[in-house]
This record gives sequence, C-alpha cells and structure tokens, in this order.
Amino acid sequence: MTPIAHSPHAHAPISISKVMTTVMLALTPATLLGFWLYGWPAINLWVICILAAILGEAFVLRLQQRAIKPALMDGSGILTAWLLALSLPPFSPWWIAVLGSLFAVIIGKQVFGGLGQNVFNPAMAARVMLLISFPLEMTTWVAPALHPGFVESLHLTFGSQSLDGMASASLLGHAKTEFTRGIGLDQSLTGYYAPLDMLWGSRAGSAGETAALLLLAGGVFLIWRRIITWHIPVAMLLGVALPALLFSLIDPNHYAGPLVHLLSGGVILGAFFIATDPVTSPNTALGQFIFGLGCGLLTWIIRTWGGYPEGVAFAVLLMNTATPLIDQYIKPRIYGRDRRGAALPAKKGV
Amino acid sequence: MLGLKLFKLRGGVHPEGRKQLAAEHGIRSLPLPAELFIPLQQHIGAPATPVVKVGERVLKGQLLAAAQGAVSAPVHAPTSGTITALGDHVAPHPSGLPVPTITLTSDGAEQWLEAAGCATPLELAAEEIAAQVAAAGIVGLGGATFPAALKLNLSRNSGVQTLILNGGECEPYLTCDDRIMRERAPQIVEGIQLIARAVAADEVLVGIEDNKPQAIAAMQAAAQGSSVQVVVMPSMYPMGSEKQIIQVLTGKEIPAGGRPADIGVLVHNVATAYAVQQAIRYGRPLISRIVTVSGGAIKTACNVEALVGTPVQALIDFADGYAQPTARLVLGGPMMGQQFTHTGVPVVKGTSGVLALTASEIGQAEPSPCIRCTTCVRACPVGLLPLEMAAHIRASDLTGAVALGLKDCIACGSCSYVCPAHIPLVHYFNYAKGDLAAQERAKLKLEATKKLAEDRTARIARIERERAEAAARRKAAREAKERAAKAAAESEGAA
Ligand code: SF4
Ligand code: SF4
Repeated sequence: MTPIAHSPHAHAPISISKVMTTVMLALTPATLLGFWLYGWPAINLWVICILAAILGEAFVLRLQQRAIKPALMDGSGILTAWLLALSLPPFSPWWIAVLGSLFAVIIGKQVFGGLGQNVFNPAMAARVMLLISFPLEMTTWVAPALHPGFVESLHLTFGSQSLDGMASASLLGHAKTEFTRGIGLDQSLTGYYAPLDMLWGSRAGSAGETAALLLLAGGVFLIWRRIITWHIPVAMLLGVALPALLFSLIDPNHYAGPLVHLLSGGVILGAFFIATDPVTSPNTALGQFIFGLGCGLLTWIIRTWGGYPEGVAFAVLLMNTATPLIDQYIKPRIYGRDRRGAALPAKKGV
Repeated sequence: MLGLKLFKLRGGVHPEGRKQLAAEHGIRSLPLPAELFIPLQQHIGAPATPVVKVGERVLKGQLLAAAQGAVSAPVHAPTSGTITALGDHVAPHPSGLPVPTITLTSDGAEQWLEAAGCATPLELAAEEIAAQVAAAGIVGLGGATFPAALKLNLSRNSGVQTLILNGGECEPYLTCDDRIMRERAPQIVEGIQLIARAVAADEVLVGIEDNKPQAIAAMQAAAQGSSVQVVVMPSMYPMGSEKQIIQVLTGKEIPAGGRPADIGVLVHNVATAYAVQQAIRYGRPLISRIVTVSGGAIKTACNVEALVGTPVQALIDFADGYAQPTARLVLGGPMMGQQFTHTGVPVVKGTSGVLALTASEIGQAEPSPCIRCTTCVRACPVGLLPLEMAAHIRASDLTGAVALGLKDCIACGSCSYVCPAHIPLVHYFNYAKGDLAAQERAKLKLEATKKLAEDRTARIARIERERAEAAARRKAAREAKERAAKAAAESEGAA
C-alpha cells in the first residue's frame, strides 16, 4: 500500500522551475535588445556566464554527493548567471564572466547550503566581488552600436584586443568624473543625457542598464503573473527618486534629478529583478516595502557620496543583511489576536 | 439582502472549482444496500453506547446507540432490518483501522418507527427544539461533526446576536450543499428559523458563494418575507471555514483560543438546518445525508442521498465506476479531505464527498527547497508565516513554531496549495499539532500521576497520624484507668 497522502489533494499549477522560467521570459526582451545593441560580445558573455554557472553548480553538487538534476533543473542558477551577465560591461573578457558566475553559484549560493539558504543575492555578490577585484575591467563601458563581427567579437571576449578607442564612460561614471573635476551637471550632461535614449538603451552601459523601458515592461509582467508583488520595486524606485528630487530641487547643479537616477544604471533591473529575489528579501508586504525603500535610498547615497558611480549592487547586499532583522520585527497580525499577539477581547452585544 | 457590507477575507486561494462535474446532477437516492456499517462514533466527543443486541430486529429510525457523556450524539437505524454484528469495521479514516461498528442487515421493507413529529414546529420552546435536535443525533454536517444541540445550548446561554448559515461550500468538486439549497430551500429555511428560535438570534444571515447562482435564487425565494437574509459572498477558499465566514459577514474575529459564542455568533451548515427541520417536523433522526461523488476518475459524477453506513463502494458503483485510473481516493473535499484506501468504509454523518482523483488533478510533485517566495504568507487566511513555522518544525523547535502561531493555524491547506516548491506545509503543521497534543497529554498524565502519588503519601501520612493519635489516646486512657485503679487501690488501702 502506498503511504497515506496528506491534504490538500490539489495543487496550484506552479513550480520553482516555472517561477524561474517566467522571470527569464520577462528578461528576454531586454536581453535581446542588449544583444542587438552590443552585438556578439554581449551574446558570448551571456552564453559563457550561463555555461559556467551550470558546470560550476553541477561540480559542487557532485562534490557534495547531492542529486544534480533537480538542483539544476530548478533554473535558479541559470537565472543568477543571466542577471549577472546583464550587469557586466558587455565587452568584458571571458574570464570575468567565468569568475563571476562561479562565484555567484558556488560562494554565493551552494556554500550557504543551496537554493533558499543564501543570505546575499548571488548575482550581486559576484558583481561586487568583480568590481572590487577588477575595477578596470568592470568600469570599461562601450557605447552601443559598435557591432563588431562574430570573429572580432571572439577576439574581444577571448583574446586580448584592447578596447582603447571604444571605451566610453557610463552616464553615472561620466557625471561623477566630471564632477570631481569641478564641472557641474549642467555642462557634463549636455549631449550626454537624453532620457529618450535611455529608455531605448542607446547609450553606454551594461545590457541590463540600457533597456530601461523593456525591463520595466518585464517587471510589470512579473507583477501581473504574481511572481513578484509591487512592494519592493515601487519602494525602491521611490527610495531613489524622492531624495534625488529633493536634492536636485535644492541644488540642481550638484545633484542629478530623479529621472536621471531612475533611468540610469541598474535601478530598474535592480528594482524589479534583483531586489525582488525572494530568498534574500523579507517575507511580509510591509517588510518588503521597507527593504525596497532601503535599497533605493542606499543606491542614491552611494551614487551621490560614495566612491563608486553605481550603487545598486552594494545597496542590495547591505539590505540583504537587514532582512533577518526586518523579518524579526515585522510580522503579520494573526486572526483573533492584536498586533502584539494577545488574544482579542471577547465582545458580545453591539 | 442588498446593502449588507461584506468584509474582506485575508489571503485565500482560488483553486480550480471543478464543481461543474457534479453540479447539474440532481440529488438521487441510492438503492438500498444489503448491509450497513454504522460506526458508534461519527461525531466529535465520546462514542455512543449500543442499546441493541445481535439478532435484534430494528425499525428505520430506531435508536441503536445512545449518547454518552456531555459531548456525544446518538446513532439511529438507517433502515429496518436485523442487527447482525456488534464489532469492528474499517473506519472512514486514513489509517483504515477498524472501529466499533454496528452491522445492520436490511430487510428491504424500509419500515419506519412510528414517529411523533410536530405540525407547528415554530411554536416549540427553545429548550424543546434543542432537546429534539440532541435526540435526533444531529451533528455539524459541514464536516466538523460537532453535536449540534450542544452548540445550540452553549449559544443560548451566552446570547446570539448573529446566526450564520454556512452555504459557502468553498471546497472544489463538492456540490452537496449547492444541490440541497437548490432542491430543498423551503425546508432549509424552516430549519434555520427553528435554530434561530432555539437560540433567540437577533439577525440571521445565510452566506452563499457567488458561484452558486441557482442556490442563491432558490434560497432567496424561500426566505421571502422571513427574517432570514441571503448574502452573496465572493468565491474564494476557505470562505466556508467558520472563522472566515464570520469575518467576511460580520467583520468580527473570534478571539484566539475562543469560540464564536464569545462574539455573539453561531454558525451552522445549511445541510444541518435541513436535518433539524426533518427531525422536528417529521421526527426523523439523522440517518442519511447528501454526498457528492466526483473527481476526474469517476465516470458519472453525481449527488446522492446515502444512508449512513452505506459502503462507499456502493456510491462509486452508482456513479458507474471509474473512467480513468484513480491516483487517490478522498473522503470530503480535496483541500481538507482525507485519503482512504478501502472502499468498504461506510458513509458517515460527516461525509460530504467521495472523490476519485487522477494524478494530474492532484498535481503532486517532489518537494524542493523553500525559496522564501512568500506566496504561502499571502495565501494564509489567518496571517501566519507558514514558511517560518515549517522551518521551526523541521528543526524540531515546536516552541518556536507555537510562538509563530501554530495553534492559530486552521489547517486549511491554502499554503500547501500555492507553494511552488510543493512543500507539504499543512502536513508539517498537523503533525506538529499532533505532537503538541501528545506532549500536553503526557504532561497532564504526569501531573495526574504526581497528584495520585502525593495523595497517596498524604493518605498514608494521615492514616499513620491517626493511628498514632489513636494509640496515644488509648495509651492515655489506659494510663488514666491505671492511675484511677491505683488511686482506688491506694485509697482502699488507706481506708
Ligand atoms: S510558498 Fe513554499 S517556497 Fe514559497 S515561501 Fe512558502 S514555503 Fe517557501
Ligand atoms: S494551513 Fe494554516 S498556515 Fe497554511 S494557510 Fe491555512 S491557516 Fe495558514
């Protein structure tokens, strides 16, 4: 006789791999745009990231003598690598991709005990590791639409062809450098900042930064499919936009306005795809809102006063450490109890 | 009717209803089975005590076993025939273990016991209604099987502001309440009025989910001109759970660890109201109920009126057997029902459905790790954190799970239903609650043993003390006597 099965004897048509696949689907338009804009090097990078993640994860699972197939099939490793690929400079050399992916799935995830156990967002942990270890490679951006051919792209990705002459600073990097040279935003952004370009991605940056509009659409799709809720993204966007608005009103020459901040760097990608990583974010709606607000605020602070032009990865990692604390203090009210957990009074009559 | 403001249900899920399988099939009676197996315990509380002997001939509706103790319900003969065994039979319970059961071999005559009935039931006194409900063996037919009369008495004593009739039927597949409301609305409304009279309710609401438009129409027509209000509720699971229907209809919450009576509310199922009407107007005890036979593996889903004690196999046969391989047989609905394996189990008072489900309907998969997606948190109608409770239980930290609200979990299964990792969350909770209950029982037992031992020591000490005192008294008396004798002798000698 088969063991007694337990209720419920029905299940929603959902699984982890379906969740992950839906997120990948949401990323696809923006990724394709990135491929189109940056050409073969971006495609190479994406493929290498994902392959490295699969092989690295399989290797570790093998070492731990755990079943390889179910862990790989859930798609979480692939998604992590995908997000990492979108946040790297598209002309990065192959070893950046390999190192980053391996770090993400092995140190960022499996070392903690595998899916669901990690404290930090694996993709962002890898990105920060790369940024600290290889600052030059990680800040060499190219303007899109250079379109190297496939063979040339292999030279770029695997060879040592220098990027001299192609390199161009990302918007935030540019503003920051110019600013340290004493040039105000009004001048430094002239000819550099065209919001419409940013929406469509035709400016220097990582594949995941450039296509703000498509990423936004992907994020809305995820909310509609109920894979994520609005709390983290909206709060994160507010966390960036509100201080940006306030400070740009006070001193528009020193502080970029909210639109620049929202549409540049990885804010949209971060808000909808990275900060919403379920494993490392709080488990109540209010907690998630606070978490998102923190991510946004820290992003803005790091961008404005920190040593790096971009702050999304740092901000998310910092807020990851706050997640257990947020969960400790913010719990839903239980039916029949007040907020503190005491039973509600019995009240008869009106 | 209109204008009644509904309150929001927290969480909840939308499982696929699959009610269309059986909903359009009117209630039909099963052919009389040759043998009926009537368990002594079909309710929450103490099992009934048999009052018949093997070989005795009984009439339909005759008392077979009497209620025993404060929380119990009697059991009656579902048809006329001969008692052929008083023994054990497979129970409608996942374990399939045998339970004390009366076996009745029917004579095919369906001969009723002479019943009194009452032509003007709405003039009966409240106490009289409750007494007759108790005598008829009526229990909550929504699945809780709590003795109905007991709820009436408890509520009459504490006062009822709102009487709620639960016509939610939020479990997928089940259509027994839908059908009974469509087909027997006037009787149900009379039953409701009887219950309202028994507890002197101020306000009477019948909550029906909006996926049962015909039941709503039938009940509204039957309730015309009475104080019974039919309220249409959104379809959502677990709308039909007692705590949730109260919340949606009144906005009130039962205090943790309390009862509906604490907030002046009483909830009964619509089918229970029908049983009450039958008992009081016609003097018929509860010996049958409406059961939905459905599921993707069943050939012709249907709703049947089955006698208590009918083997489930007879219902499956009546539905033309299986059309597809059955992955699982379930008693009740798919969300909270129980699996069973032996089709010889009898229909009991609490059996709302017999389901034969295919593997694809069940959608079971191997559990994978929790990704903390919080889908379960959003689904929980109680406001719990299923993922955290499960983590504590997995780490054998029951205290931690209780601190997170384990005892407030209503075991609705919404969390398990939506979990993308297919983690059997509610199974963890039921298991942990079982452990807790065992621990508490063990503690009580320990305390009882300790108390017994202390009593014994005290008793022994008292006896010894008394003995010593008695000895001392005797000694004193002897000495006094001796002294007196001596004194007498001395005085004699002196004289
Ligand atoms: S629904 Fe399942 S996977 Fe998601 S948080 Fe709850 S237990 Fe974890
Ligand atoms: S079974 Fe318990 S924890 Fe799960 S949703 Fe229902 S009440 Fe919440």
